[in-house]
Amino acid sequence: MSSFQGRLLIVDLSTRTFRTEPLDASYCREYLGGGGLATRLLWDLSRPGVDPFDPDNPLVFAVGPLTGTMVPAASKYAVATKSPLTGFIGDSLSSGAWPLALKRAGYDALVILGAAEAPSYIFIDDDRVYFRPARTLWGADSWETEGRIRRDLGDESVRVATIGPAGEKLVRYACIGNDYSRQAGRTGAGAVMGSKRLKAIAVRGTKPVQVADVETLRRVSLDLYARSQGAATAKYRVLGTPANVLALNALAALPTRNFRQSTFEGAERVSGEWLYERYKAKVVACAGCSIGCDHIYRVSDGPHAGTQVGMEYESLYALGPLCGVDDAAAVLRSAELCDRYGMDTMSTGASIAWAMECYERGLISREETGGVDLRFGDGAAVIALVEQIGLRRGLGQLLGEGVKRAAETVGGGSGRWAMHVKGLEMPGYEPRSLKTLALGLAVGTRGACHNRSSAYEVDLSAKVDRLNGERGRGALAMIQEDYSAVLDSLGLCKFLRRCFDAFYSEASELFRAATGLEMTAEELQRVGERVSNLKKAFNIREGWTRDDDTLPERIFEEPLPTGIAKGTRLTREELATMIEGYYEARGWTNEGLIPPEKLAELGLEI
Amino acid sequence: MYRRHIVCDPAECTGCRLCEFACALEKTGSFDLELSRIRVAAPQPAAAISIACQLCEGVPCVVACPRQALSVRAEDGTIALEKGLCTGCGWCIEACDFGAIALDPGTKSVVICDLCRELPEPRCVESCPKRALSLSPQSAVAGRLRKKAAEQLLKES
Repeated sequence: MSSFQGRLLIVDLSTRTFRTEPLDASYCREYLGGGGLATRLLWDLSRPGVDPFDPDNPLVFAVGPLTGTMVPAASKYAVATKSPLTGFIGDSLSSGAWPLALKRAGYDALVILGAAEAPSYIFIDDDRVYFRPARTLWGADSWETEGRIRRDLGDESVRVATIGPAGEKLVRYACIGNDYSRQAGRTGAGAVMGSKRLKAIAVRGTKPVQVADVETLRRVSLDLYARSQGAATAKYRVLGTPANVLALNALAALPTRNFRQSTFEGAERVSGEWLYERYKAKVVACAGCSIGCDHIYRVSDGPHAGTQVGMEYESLYALGPLCGVDDAAAVLRSAELCDRYGMDTMSTGASIAWAMECYERGLISREETGGVDLRFGDGAAVIALVEQIGLRRGLGQLLGEGVKRAAETVGGGSGRWAMHVKGLEMPGYEPRSLKTLALGLAVGTRGACHNRSSAYEVDLSAKVDRLNGERGRGALAMIQEDYSAVLDSLGLCKFLRRCFDAFYSEASELFRAATGLEMTAEELQRVGERVSNLKKAFNIREGWTRDDDTLPERIFEEPLPTGIAKGTRLTREELATMIEGYYEARGWTNEGLIPPEKLAELGLEI
Repeated sequence: MYRRHIVCDPAECTGCRLCEFACALEKTGSFDLELSRIRVAAPQPAAAISIACQLCEGVPCVVACPRQALSVRAEDGTIALEKGLCTGCGWCIEACDFGAIALDPGTKSVVICDLCRELPEPRCVESCPKRALSLSPQSAVAGRLRKKAAEQLLKES
């Protein structure tokens, strides 16, 4: 008995055919599932140099080995593809009932190849796959699509992962949404799905998931349920991730007005506390999660009445402080529109913030904005731009390309305030006052991502001086990155991480109880290193060079103007020193390449 | 008869479905969620409640069965199934206002919550991380609602 289903489902949209393949048993140990397995399958199936919108660019979904069991916070999937935003690996995670359904349909992974001739959706009904027309769904927003597909199939238990109009119109940061309030948000997997004219993936899974050792699994799970009601998860359960707003503001680490500041005078009015007090409707959980972090907010009066949306800190940061907006209801409305259009709230907010700065400096005219007075602080202007991007109208034509490409088009020095790494817009943590994070963002394989790196945890741990970078941060950032890769490959939510006392040995016990496979703590840790290296190898294959590991110019040129970190800067030398330390810790060359010995050591015969 | 059933407090329920996992494991030995005797319903993203057999006084499921396969256990009011008589026709499923009966496609007979009567506590109640589930008589439910209403009233006055 094993919680792996042992099968991959491969769907070819061009030929309207599907087949299953056994899951390579060695992959179970080497990549576990989720992010690791999706990365490996992408590596295996991807043609080097493929255009992200070419039908040959595979779209790979993988669930975790613990998904479908009673282990809490394990209903996650990863989706990997070559990113249209970065041209490197795009791997994104989401959770909810959809991955649970995919697992219960009998699969550990789903590979989408080719492209449909006309708009379509697929319906995976356990062992069968149906190709269905989506002509009338094309143009429908994500939430509407979910409901309409359930009605079309006549089954409320069907789970749907879908794109919105943004994905159809190839907004480079379009996301895939599932179960209404969850999104595989970053790096544009939704645009790749749109390029395949695949509107949605509906799944009905009715099979059991088996485990090797029922008693151990039940005991450890119940223990984790109890632990996950304690202090380790209080932040997520009580205020949710918006609790970060005031915490980061106090640390001068809350990016504001396109990173011109790291404190926001309006922080309180968009804080987790403010939202909770005025707008909280309900706290819900993903399928199989004992924590319950998803705060759904409802606006019942004022100009944005009727808005109802789940909101995380990163969405709040990007559509709020980053655009100088302190009108919480307007931010909620912007987030709802992003979810409905199906696009990454973070890249959307960052693109608008970049455009606001261009507008202020006279590089974008009022004519180009369609009459919108695009000033920092104007919540209505943000909403108007979200609509333009989502429907790819007006300035949305440009902004849907992401800030890197938009700045290349607009010119005039606007690249200096295009806040991205490798094309992926920045998350809501200030690199100048969180130096380990700065390193993590610079070397990140999917670009500026706080989650894959998790290096901010080092800065917030008080074990280092967060305002000063040094060579030793390389090893610390690496440990965090590998740890994140293991969580993502097990399909465990990061919000559960503090419930473990000794993560690797406890995870090893859970993995054995579920799958029957013995993996030592060291072997599990090694998986993280292998996955991190494979992502890097993918990027090298796609033309990565040392110059890609850097940060936006503003970060080097402008010291922070306010807050307790006032005057703090990050110099190019400081970052270079940390990067050298990182390459060294990884066992890579000075140029950041992976030597053959390292590949051999990790068993990466690629 | 001391008649108790699984009661869910929708204010506490997050819709996590861990009750389904725990029930399925207890009853089937695997995570065969189709056979969970308790199911979460979430009519919209900001609402969830889990529902199992309500032990209705009028037993519409028992009445609907054309083969007398269902009966009420005298000691606790749970519904007993005589497997040999059940053909899986599904009339009881349609008769149940709560959707609390499922068909096992393997055995072609129905499954209904029996409150884990062999265990000290039903698995769903034991597993609920938010303590939203309890095993309570109908009267206790009304009592709890009265208390809540009183608290609200007294707070407001």
